[in-house]
Amino acid sequence: MSDTVLSIRELSVEIPTHTGIVKPVDGVSYDICAGEILGIVGESGAGKSMAGNAVIGLLSPPAHIAAGEIWLNGSRIDALEGEDMRRLRGKQIGMVFQDPLTSLNPLLSIGDQLTETMLTHLDISRGEADRRAIAALEEVGIPGAAERIDSYPHEFSGGMRQRVVIALALCAEPSLIIADEPTTALDVSVQAQIIALLKRLCRDRGTAVMLITHDMGVIAEAADRVGVMYAGRLVELGAVRDVLTAPQHPYTHGLMASTPLASQGKARLHQIEGAMPRLNKVPEGCPFHPRCAYARDKCRVAPGPKIADGRTACWFPLVAEKAS
Amino acid sequence: MTDMPLKPAQQSRLRIFLDSDIFYMFKKSPVAILSTIVVAILVLSAVFAPLIAPTNPFDPASLNLMNGFTGPMTPNAFTGDSFLLGTDDQGRDVFSTILYGMRVSLFVGVAAVLFAMVLGITLGLISGYVGGWTETIIMRTADVQLTFPSILVAMLIFGVAKGFTPVEYRDQMAIWVLILAIGLSDWVQFARVVRGATLVEKRKEYVEAARLIGRTPFAIMLRHILPNVLSPVLVIATISLALAIIAEATLSFLGVGAPATQPSLGTLIRIGQGFLFSGEWWILLFPAVTLLVLALSVNLLGDWLRDALNPRLR
Amino acid sequence: MLAYIIRRIVQSALVLLVVGLTAFSMFRFVGDPIDNMLGQERTAADIERLREQLGLDQSFPVQYFKFLQEAAQGNFGMSYRQGRPVAEILMERAPATLELAAVSGALAIIFGIAFGVFTAIRRNGFLANFIMSASLVGVSLPTFLIGILLIYIFSVELGWLPSFGRGDTVQIGGWSTGLLTATGLKALILPSITLGLYQMTLIMRLVRSEMLEVLRQDYIRFARARGLHDRAINFRHALKNTMVPVITVIGLQLGAIIAFAIITETVFQWPGVGLLFINAVQFVDIPVMAAYLMLISVMFVGINLIVDILYFFIDPRLRVDRAGGH
Repeated sequence: MSDTVLSIRELSVEIPTHTGIVKPVDGVSYDICAGEILGIVGESGAGKSMAGNAVIGLLSPPAHIAAGEIWLNGSRIDALEGEDMRRLRGKQIGMVFQDPLTSLNPLLSIGDQLTETMLTHLDISRGEADRRAIAALEEVGIPGAAERIDSYPHEFSGGMRQRVVIALALCAEPSLIIADEPTTALDVSVQAQIIALLKRLCRDRGTAVMLITHDMGVIAEAADRVGVMYAGRLVELGAVRDVLTAPQHPYTHGLMASTPLASQGKARLHQIEGAMPRLNKVPEGCPFHPRCAYARDKCRVAPGPKIADGRTACWFPLVAEKAS
Repeated sequence: MTDMPLKPAQQSRLRIFLDSDIFYMFKKSPVAILSTIVVAILVLSAVFAPLIAPTNPFDPASLNLMNGFTGPMTPNAFTGDSFLLGTDDQGRDVFSTILYGMRVSLFVGVAAVLFAMVLGITLGLISGYVGGWTETIIMRTADVQLTFPSILVAMLIFGVAKGFTPVEYRDQMAIWVLILAIGLSDWVQFARVVRGATLVEKRKEYVEAARLIGRTPFAIMLRHILPNVLSPVLVIATISLALAIIAEATLSFLGVGAPATQPSLGTLIRIGQGFLFSGEWWILLFPAVTLLVLALSVNLLGDWLRDALNPRLR
Repeated sequence: MLAYIIRRIVQSALVLLVVGLTAFSMFRFVGDPIDNMLGQERTAADIERLREQLGLDQSFPVQYFKFLQEAAQGNFGMSYRQGRPVAEILMERAPATLELAAVSGALAIIFGIAFGVFTAIRRNGFLANFIMSASLVGVSLPTFLIGILLIYIFSVELGWLPSFGRGDTVQIGGWSTGLLTATGLKALILPSITLGLYQMTLIMRLVRSEMLEVLRQDYIRFARARGLHDRAINFRHALKNTMVPVITVIGLQLGAIIAFAIITETVFQWPGVGLLFINAVQFVDIPVMAAYLMLISVMFVGINLIVDILYFFIDPRLRVDRAGGH
């Protein structure tokens, strides 16, 4: 894994509110390489989607990037605006949203939505776009693509619609896909299919994927590496196998213990005491310390170490936890 | 002098009101405060018109035809009398006619809305509670009526009601016919809200319980429904009041409303329009501005109430 | 789709029947038609003959049915006031109202949608905010005051435009049009602005709020995320979705314009059916009122029907049977 597609350095997103500034993303850094799937996991409100929106330049005001850098294929993109950013979206960064029922325009046929995206970004003829649209639908596994090209979104099931959304995100051949909870709104039975599809397509094309989810199962299934977010900060980052089997941050540990998949065989699922702080009330020091069983004095005053130096932003990483 | 101590009950009521969200939001909204003040001034001056008005414009004895067409704040050439807002062709003081006209406008508006409210709430309750054919007939009628602009419905009702009134009583009855016409054209929204609330309450368990113990559920439901619909009804009533005032003015302006013997603001504007070309602008302008200020401030108050009480209500 | 349209037509017919019943009841019960038609000098024989002639001796449903039959053929009896067939008077007056309504409707729709879209896209712009504030005053301003204000400025003070009447008209077949003469067009300006302004404000405010709602939708975010041009997002994706709810209201507004023409026609002494109607109300000329009611209901119902059918062309979700099979 050599060629880095996306590189985020010390990214902070701020939202000014009347009660003060809120930081949904706070000093987050990570890289994604070509063909790699990086899972970003965390509870809702942990800032995982915000980071994705920051990358594609779709933060809704007044949220804005307050600090840090975003690099895409060697060029810095966090300061791009207007037309420059628009040219990047779809062309270099594709995005898949959570709910396929609402991400497609109900009044335009899926063929129209595909060709308009391609014609915006690629220098091809109308006929070529039509041909590629059918090919794109075939590729995402829509049966009878040629006949269904003029169908409208409401004529497809949820799973099929998410396939169309993926085709749309990929049709201009971007080098990065941001998939924001792509399976959450789907039936359990189709979730695995969609994950497999996303995985296959990106591997074939060498597309980098930022897979945002709260579902550890999805991470285990699809991702190569995983980053864990808590209260706007990245608390652990590493290969999926390592993080899942030997979590080093107490939060990750708690998260694993509370997931059915990882705690197989145990009689009861673990619960982390308390709740994630609201973003305007993030405590001093390590944001997790009030809920952490291992917290010491240092944790209450100093925010965790930079993750770039190691795997976790914890002062006292859990080491021999595997044994227990 | 010491302040009169409030009785405990009163005091707590007042406290509850002063501490409420609605009062807090009210204090925060300059538009709401300003329009409340304006509405209050206008309503008070309409109610106390006989005390405030310099002359009684409808008492022939107090009129002097020589005073006709006196400009505002300028002494009359013949009599030397001066009038704040001038006089009309018959020498009536415009300021006084406006005060009396506003009385008619507000009376018709408020009475029409009250009538529409009582009618709408009653029909809404009945259709929600009884259901079946009764409901179908009431709500279908509402649908058909809603297809037509209410001003048109009001005109038709006015025309028909006028047809029923003997010729010699038509002028006298005009105000009541107007109230009937505007009220009948405006009950639908009340009925819809109340019917909706009734349908919701009807499904609740206490209604079933009341039925089981042999009570008629209707009386009990009323006690639950009315508080629920209080705020939407209040909002609709305020907005309807602005619409009713405009409707009344429009009808009177068109000559199918308040008669010249009992003029409302609309009638005054109708009269004033005749002098627009000859240069006596004040006869038209002042009643028009009064109507505008009245309608606008009631409207703003209604808009604010809607946002404050129930943001979901369109 | 066919089933849906048939159902709508049946519903429309029912509405017309109800309105017809109202109109007939007005005929039958308001005042005594015989009193109204015969005047003072009459004999018992005259009364009897007229009763038979009018079918007043028959049962209510039979009379109602006959009334409908006559009405369907355009026969609404004689005007009490003018002593001429109502249908004739209406035909004479209709072109004036229809031309006025058409021009005002077009103004209201074009400017309403344009301003609505503009204020939605430039939500925080100065001009957009100004237009929104102005529209609030516009909604509270009674139509007749707008008319008077325009007359005062453009006729009394500036003397540019006529304050009443239609100007010169040209007769084309049975239709008298003011659209072909210079004075006719000049005379049309103030009334059509007066009539169209209120509807324009309504359409504009509705378009704005619907469009803001649509712009918040996921599919707009997704369209943005695909890097589509702003123009394509605003006009291809957002506007089309905005129009779905707006079209119903526009349909209703077109109907309302014909009814509100009554006010504008009175202010400008425009010789249309609205002025005719208001005179009829003043003099309790029941046949004219009833005929006007029927005429306007046919128009309303027709417009609503057209709107419903339009939906099929805009919203594919309604064309369910198109996909067939499933």
